[in-house]
Amino acid sequence: MTSATKATSDGYEQAFSALRSSGGPSWLPALRREAMDRFNALGFPTTRNEDWHFTSVTPIAERVFKIAPTRSGPATLSPADVATAAIGDPDWHRLVFVNGRFEASLSAFAGLPAEVRVTTLADALKETPEFVAEHLGKLAKSEGQTFTAFNTAFAQDGVVIHVPGGEVVEAPVHIVHIADVHAAGAGIHPRLLVVAEPLSQLTIVESFVCTGSPGAAYLTNAVAEIEVGNGARVNHYKIQRESTDAYHVGTTQVRQGRDSMYHSFAYASGAAISRTNIYTQLAGENAETRLNGLYLIDGTQHADHQTFVEHLAPACASRELYKGILDGSSHGVFNGKVYVDPIAQKTDGKQTNHALLLSDQARVDTKPQLEIFADDVKCTHGATVGRLDEAALFYMKSRGLGADGARALLTYAFAAEVLETIEVDQLREGLEALAFARFTHGEQR
Amino acid sequence: MSSSIESLVNKEYQYGFVTDVESDTIAPGLTEDTVRLISSKKNEPEWLLEWRLKAFRRWQAMTEPHWSNLKYDPIDYQSQRYYSAPKSVTPLQSLDDVDPELLKTYDKLGISLSEQKFLAGVAVDAIFDSVSVGTTMKTELAAHGVIFCSFSEAVHNHPELIKKYLGSVVPYSDNFFAALNSAVFSDGSFCYVPKGVRCPIELSTYFRINAANTGQFERTLIVADEGAYVSYLEGCTAPKRDTHQLHAAVVELVALDNATVKYSTVQNWYAGDKEGKGGIYNFVTKRGKAHTNSKISWTQVETGSAITWKYPSVILQGDNSTGEFYSVAVVNNMQQADTGTKMIHIGKNSKSTIISKGISAGKGQNSYRGQVKMLPKAAGSRNYTQCDSMLIGNQCGAHTFPYIEVANNTSTTEHEASTSKIGEDQIFYCKQRGMNAEHAISLIVSGFCREVFKELPMEFALEAQQLLGITLEGSVG
Repeated sequence: MTSATKATSDGYEQAFSALRSSGGPSWLPALRREAMDRFNALGFPTTRNEDWHFTSVTPIAERVFKIAPTRSGPATLSPADVATAAIGDPDWHRLVFVNGRFEASLSAFAGLPAEVRVTTLADALKETPEFVAEHLGKLAKSEGQTFTAFNTAFAQDGVVIHVPGGEVVEAPVHIVHIADVHAAGAGIHPRLLVVAEPLSQLTIVESFVCTGSPGAAYLTNAVAEIEVGNGARVNHYKIQRESTDAYHVGTTQVRQGRDSMYHSFAYASGAAISRTNIYTQLAGENAETRLNGLYLIDGTQHADHQTFVEHLAPACASRELYKGILDGSSHGVFNGKVYVDPIAQKTDGKQTNHALLLSDQARVDTKPQLEIFADDVKCTHGATVGRLDEAALFYMKSRGLGADGARALLTYAFAAEVLETIEVDQLREGLEALAFARFTHGEQR
Repeated sequence: MSSSIESLVNKEYQYGFVTDVESDTIAPGLTEDTVRLISSKKNEPEWLLEWRLKAFRRWQAMTEPHWSNLKYDPIDYQSQRYYSAPKSVTPLQSLDDVDPELLKTYDKLGISLSEQKFLAGVAVDAIFDSVSVGTTMKTELAAHGVIFCSFSEAVHNHPELIKKYLGSVVPYSDNFFAALNSAVFSDGSFCYVPKGVRCPIELSTYFRINAANTGQFERTLIVADEGAYVSYLEGCTAPKRDTHQLHAAVVELVALDNATVKYSTVQNWYAGDKEGKGGIYNFVTKRGKAHTNSKISWTQVETGSAITWKYPSVILQGDNSTGEFYSVAVVNNMQQADTGTKMIHIGKNSKSTIISKGISAGKGQNSYRGQVKMLPKAAGSRNYTQCDSMLIGNQCGAHTFPYIEVANNTSTTEHEASTSKIGEDQIFYCKQRGMNAEHAISLIVSGFCREVFKELPMEFALEAQQLLGITLEGSVG
């Protein structure tokens, strides 16, 4: 540990001590303490760490983000502000957090099936502590994961979703994290715990947005743990549109049972530095996972996506499609790993990663990896980096489109291929509209 | 497993014999004195000793890298011998004076050094442990101005070329094994093709490890001057021994403007037995520097060694330069290979192609590790990468670790990789047409590797195909 990180470590240790008075079940302090010790021992990763080779977190590591929940004052935001900030629908079940604090007045999730439990983490710790104890920190382990340990030590609130066997939640559960003007300097550590029991169905939309500009950096360090039971189906959308001053680290850890389905879509257009980790374990036969994503960055933004699919059971399928569009002097990183265990015969894995460079200052580093220990498998990965096809541009121009129009249309089409896979109509249309506006009018984010 | 296949599995590594020659071998251990001793044995000039010592000091400060996907027992660098030469070899001898025992060894390996039996159109430099035994066809090459000789000979006869190019592509400080090699390298081949000359015959070096507990640290340097062309082949074998032997070579290629260097390797070091006992630890640094409009092409067939750590690379320094890497890597039994390439695009409109075929059988672990880097100034550059892996049997592994780093938007990179089992329906089809399983597999594997084999010179392509058959024998039951 360097002296600079020693200072931040001391700062966090003080903040941690200050938090300890805040109630909760008896096992919680021990879990947090363990995570804190792990966080201290690991320190922030450096670029010497293979998993962080292309992403420097120095700006995050060199300061202490305020952990205490920042008060935004009484109801500075109206439901209309939420609707403007986050793509959603009034019919969805909605939980809104402002600077990490739950805002009951902006939330609405009463219309859920009676058996399905959706609560804040704070409430769940009071009402069903055994349930939380059984699942919290079981998938998202702190070992070797600084940011997960960091979250476990400091997570103040979040969402707990429990869908009992066979229950189908029709409308998406929308979790909106808003950073407002008071977020400057804050460290926000939201936690999401999802248990979808056998044969249940659930759609989750997580939005990370901002209203106005905090004018200074804040850190969002989110962790999600999702258990997908046998035959269950979970769709998970993570929409990251943070302030471009912000730092965002999001880790999603999934474990799937047999015949289950997990579809993830990660959209990222915000944050100065963002890192999205999606780790899924296919632990039961015939499970399917689909990881798609799109990132659109500009200026000096840095977006890093890391996926890790572990095939731990036979006959599972994984599909991955990630695309990036980079402008300005932005830097994109994609690191996708597929691991096939010796017992995971009949694995069918496919991973695709394409990056489009719109400016000559933009940079992409990509590292698609296959680690295969079983023989009866079919695994492929493909990666391309390039710019718009000159021939396609020429064709468009020959048909009467202007150069700018042709470029905008082709860029949009590049993004649309992956946006089309979004199954929630409002979300797909919302993101398509954003992408279209961005490329045709040069609008940001 | 059928009985015929079983008998093939137990087939001996056919190059595993030991030649009984009296050797001048130095004591195990590595100190500054060892470096001085090697240098004095080779009667080297002061500047080369200084260079070796610089490398040795740097090596001492380095630690062995462990980022690769290889597992092996720690190497004790002090228990190795760093120099061994057959006593009968005197420097700069003519082929007529070569010890008949050594000639017989090469005959047995299928490489004839005696004048009448030369492979048509191939000049051979034969390296036995730490020294060059002899080089064929020297006069014929000299007529074209081509210098082809052992490294030691070049140090004495062409010091200006060695001084200019030694370490210019792989500096002594490059990595742990390159530093070790720079300190203790014994012999190797040197080749210089003058301006505008197309080398009329294939050049070849045959490396043979014979002495026990001795590492081989050869150094090869090939320079193709402006507009020159050279095609170079490398082959290697070693006796069967129960202990692991270290092989840490460095190969440097320089292709000046408009030149072409084609480098082909068939690596068949002893791979160890079925339990992983013995075999060569092969840690090799190979790199080429391609200047304007030049081309460097690597072709490798890796079938031997217990451990292979090898990344033949090209620095595409000049505009319009081309880099190619064609590789077949086969692992069977307990073999492990971590191999691939680096293509560093610096010049504008530079192009690189990577075709890698990995075959894993038995308990073998095969990793492709590659880097394609497009620097900001490498405008309009292109890369195409294809790495395919084939798995035979359910205890082996195939891994792919490509790094693609693009820092300009006029370049295009494409990377494709696939891993699959050997096609059961294909085997079935062949069997149904009257072939046995062994034949069917051999046919399918040849087809899988075809893109790489077609890059090899003809004699080598045949050898490679046969080798592949032998390496994989008995892997399917």
